Amino acid sequence: MKPFWFKVAIATSPGLLVRLGAISAVLLSVIAALAYTGGWLSPVRLTQDRMMAAFREANGTHVGFRRNHAKGVCVTGWFESNGQAAAISKAAVFKPGRVPVVGRFALAGGMPFQPDAPNTVRSMALRIVPPGGEEWRTGMNNIPVFPVNSARGFYEQLLAFSPDPATGKPDPTKIKAFLASHPEAAGALALIKKRQVTSGFANSTFNSLNTFRFIDAADASVPVRWSAVPAQPVAAEAAEQTEAGDENYLFDDLIAQIAHHPRQWQLIVTIGQAGDPTNDATQAWPEGRQQVDAGTVTIDRASSEDTGRCTAVNYDPLVLPAGIEPSDDPLLSARSAVYARSFTLRAEENHEKPPSAVTPQDVQAGGKL
Amino acid sequence: MTTQARFAAASRLLHWLMAPMIIAMLFIGVGMAASVSRRYDLLVSIHRPLGIAILVLCVARIVNRFINPPPGLPDTVPPVQRFAAKVSHIALYALMFVLPLVGWGMLSAARYPIVLYGPVRLPPIFPHDLTLYAWLRDLHTGLAYLLFATFLAHFGAALYHGLIRRDGVFGSMASWKSMQFARTNPTSIP
Repeated sequence: MKPFWFKVAIATSPGLLVRLGAISAVLLSVIAALAYTGGWLSPVRLTQDRMMAAFREANGTHVGFRRNHAKGVCVTGWFESNGQAAAISKAAVFKPGRVPVVGRFALAGGMPFQPDAPNTVRSMALRIVPPGGEEWRTGMNNIPVFPVNSARGFYEQLLAFSPDPATGKPDPTKIKAFLASHPEAAGALALIKKRQVTSGFANSTFNSLNTFRFIDAADASVPVRWSAVPAQPVAAEAAEQTEAGDENYLFDDLIAQIAHHPRQWQLIVTIGQAGDPTNDATQAWPEGRQQVDAGTVTIDRASSEDTGRCTAVNYDPLVLPAGIEPSDDPLLSARSAVYARSFTLRAEENHEKPPSAVTPQDVQAGGKL
Repeated sequence: MTTQARFAAASRLLHWLMAPMIIAMLFIGVGMAASVSRRYDLLVSIHRPLGIAILVLCVARIVNRFINPPPGLPDTVPPVQRFAAKVSHIALYALMFVLPLVGWGMLSAARYPIVLYGPVRLPPIFPHDLTLYAWLRDLHTGLAYLLFATFLAHFGAALYHGLIRRDGVFGSMASWKSMQFARTNPTSIP
């Protein structure tokens, strides 16, 4: 039964249907615009959801773990700034003094129980929090350059290298096709393959890979990349390490070493010159660029992710203090977006997360050195 | 027939200041939750200060509503529609107040720095807690879609008043010049 006013309106206003139609069209357009903005009308647009789906395809589902760099341990320590980087960045963290650090060492890849292996990419993530100051988060890898220079490249690499369900191994034809369509990756992967693989986390050099900008007190800016260079003597990977049969040998070594004596890295800032690529993480900068030793990162405690303070931290590379800014590298925004989604997913799954590969008992036992 | 009273100038100013901000906020939110492009960082850096600006203006708006109560609906509006109008306005006020607070809270629980502009940051309002973050993050999305749905109902009802009922309710908020309002405020449907 239509209400009275409706009948009256129909009777008195022949254009009613047209006007009702116009209202519906306006409302539907608003809904369609929102759907377009959210990527629901664009099947090929790369979104956070599609990136998460690619991680699932490559690694399977591992509830409660980071979608990448899934296997790791928490560490704590401090950064002791020597004041030298204060000349190129006004960030409070570079004034002389000691600032606490909550960090994480991890292996690249989304498999939280993968056995440690020499060639797996290693990472060091740091959350540096000056008291009352603006914090700085950074995730660094033990590779000289990143294999790709765009979110699309990363997505296609993830799918190309994911295991074929039939063989359990990556499909060589897919990899070939990926390399053919991403010439920048072929060059970068050659550099990555040539890198020196050391005996463990403690004597690895970790690189920011992406370019940032340091802003000084006069608001002048320079492009920079930074590295954590080990104070520990560099030793090559020894064959007996992997043959011992300990699936967590890299983590166990690190835990034992930290328990024995704090481990240190120099934070080295490399300043780019005009013409050095800032938006392409597959490109190394030329040798001989000016470097500033900003201070020392000391790690004196390790703990399992299941109890450690790094677990509730998203090492978002765009959490930066005033004095450090992102460059025009598109990977920075992509990493920030994808990390945020991964963080939200694992937070939602946190109550059903199984124990991590490196358990509190492993850490308490002091590693297995 | 009686002429429909207009909203006070302050009420209209707040309404038309906040309307584009809230609609932009909904689109920015949906866009940034999908994006992995350079836009992500830009959208996030707009979303946070804009949300806090909406929170501040919302408080001003609630105060204003007590100072300048809205004009009543015409007698011709049926009771069901009066009820719907009342509920949707309460929902709009509640959502535009709560959504920024939930956003602030979820960033607090995740210990993201809550950057407004440059060195201007807000303090965390909740402890660092993954589970609390997950809960607030989902709530933020759910409430945002609810706000979008409420906005659609509000916008649809406004157009219905303006184009079909033509009872002056649309003009009581939408018309800026009182002369123009008088001109475009014809007789209502009996």
